Amino acid sequence: MSDSKLKEATRQYAIRLGDDALVLGHRLSEWCSNGPFLEEDLALTNVALDFIGRARMFYSYAAELAADGSTEDTYAYTRDCREFSNLLIHELPRGDFAFSMARQYLVDVYNLAYMEALRTSADGTLAAIADKAVKESRYHLRRSHDWMLRLGDGTDESRQRLQRAVDELWGYTPELFASDALEQGLADAGIGVDAATLRAAWEQAVSATLAEATLQQPAGDWEVSGGRRGLHTESLGHMLSELQFMQRAYPGLQW
Amino acid sequence: MKTEFTQAELEQLEARFQARIDAEEKIEPKDWMPAGYRKNLVRQISQHAHSEVIGMQPEGNWITRAPSLHRKCVLLAKVQDEGGHGLYLYSATETLGVSREELIEALHEGVAKYASIFNYPALTWADIGAIGWLVDGAAIVNQVSLQRTSYGPYARGMVRICKEESFHQRQGYHIMMTLARGTAEQKAMAQDALDRFWWPSLMMFGPHDAESAHSAQSMKWKIKRQTNDELRQKYVDQSVRQAEVIGLTIPDPALKWNEARGHYDFGEIDWDEFNRVINGNGMCNRQRVAHHIKAHEDGAWVRDAIAAYESKKSRRAGAAAAQGEMSCQTI
Repeated sequence: MSDSKLKEATRQYAIRLGDDALVLGHRLSEWCSNGPFLEEDLALTNVALDFIGRARMFYSYAAELAADGSTEDTYAYTRDCREFSNLLIHELPRGDFAFSMARQYLVDVYNLAYMEALRTSADGTLAAIADKAVKESRYHLRRSHDWMLRLGDGTDESRQRLQRAVDELWGYTPELFASDALEQGLADAGIGVDAATLRAAWEQAVSATLAEATLQQPAGDWEVSGGRRGLHTESLGHMLSELQFMQRAYPGLQW
Repeated sequence: MKTEFTQAELEQLEARFQARIDAEEKIEPKDWMPAGYRKNLVRQISQHAHSEVIGMQPEGNWITRAPSLHRKCVLLAKVQDEGGHGLYLYSATETLGVSREELIEALHEGVAKYASIFNYPALTWADIGAIGWLVDGAAIVNQVSLQRTSYGPYARGMVRICKEESFHQRQGYHIMMTLARGTAEQKAMAQDALDRFWWPSLMMFGPHDAESAHSAQSMKWKIKRQTNDELRQKYVDQSVRQAEVIGLTIPDPALKWNEARGHYDFGEIDWDEFNRVINGNGMCNRQRVAHHIKAHEDGAWVRDAIAAYESKKSRRAGAAAAQGEMSCQTI
């Protein structure tokens, strides 16, 4: 890849990772004042803040690479559904507490491994963002792993809810490990992560936790993907209309 | 601790208690205190705790719509702080023998109160500015004074809370300043928010001293250190100058500097509105409590799951320990 192509690919890549973080952060932030008890309300908001902070770092880097006057907010607030490139699992509505925690666990295991790999990126900025993210993801995973055990091995109701959540989420997990030409090219250049290499360890860790939480591993007989190509569930459009409300109602103003 | 006292003993204890208060000593959880002092404190701290928690709703209502990522993060952090304040305050009531569960139950039953200002809706982004600037601003005036309250755990909680509240007020004021310096539409949005939140923020200090049911006794016990009217005056004086700096107009035609008093004179609060909203007729009273009840009920199965998991875990630990003992005995 030529330098300019590599730079543009890196920018796209930063936007993708920013989208993943923003969309998940938004879903987590919806828990504010809705948590099952006050301590958990605070913890969820804390994790939401980490993800939104992560999105800001990735977007700011994309804006820096673009050098066209765009900012982190340009990416968050002025693109529509088809331009958002987050992996689908992040955008699914928050559901009940079991759904949010099961999703969190599945993506935390993934994120920790992903960010550990990205930490060695040849791109210094991505490596630095990943370094910060690793520390956060360790804490996120400790939390979501604990919740898997507590809900899975809690009451009949909590086990049923958690099982249902894992079943509903499972078909969105293969997309975590797919990659396209852009990501493959960046992985070859030592800049990006080849997510496929993370799959075996992810499956092993998740299987062990499901077993410990007394849950059944889903059969894996369905899967949905498309986020990286801007193909989304319908829920994303509603999320964006809320997230971008101010920019849509009052275009271009500073707040 | 002895709990039954003769009348003479009680009078002696009360006199000694009052002497400690008069000497500016802090009262600590294990110290003897009159039942009325305890009750008054529980009422006040509970109201304060619930205000922090219910106050998360109007602001939380804008987290998903905040106009920039920076504003979103600041707001999230702020609302998180409010929840944290709720936690310290619930802990302070626990030192007085009342559990968080009891307080939440009283809130749901409508027995426990929270700051009535949270019954007003946050309709525009400027309202988030107005809440930070005015509502947190009024809260700080009150809380700075409470740093010297006579009950130790409450006073220490206030020291910590005040540090965070001043950051909250600054973020609110900064939102208002940005709008006031923005387009005509933004300035109008800021003015409208000030118009709607100004009077309710004055009401936050409660009824006039003469009409305040708990004031005199609270002052004597130094639970309160300054009266409602003194605190309200301090708040008006500081806010007038802050509004002037950003070019917004406080919606009170009677507002006027009084050279002789060294304070601003201001108009009379609409006490009918105050009473109407306190008595359940505000725009959001029903939704605020319903929201809290719903989150609490939706979370019941989660709390049950934790309890079940913990008891299984300790049973397993107990069984493992017993097993260990058995095998030791066999050897």
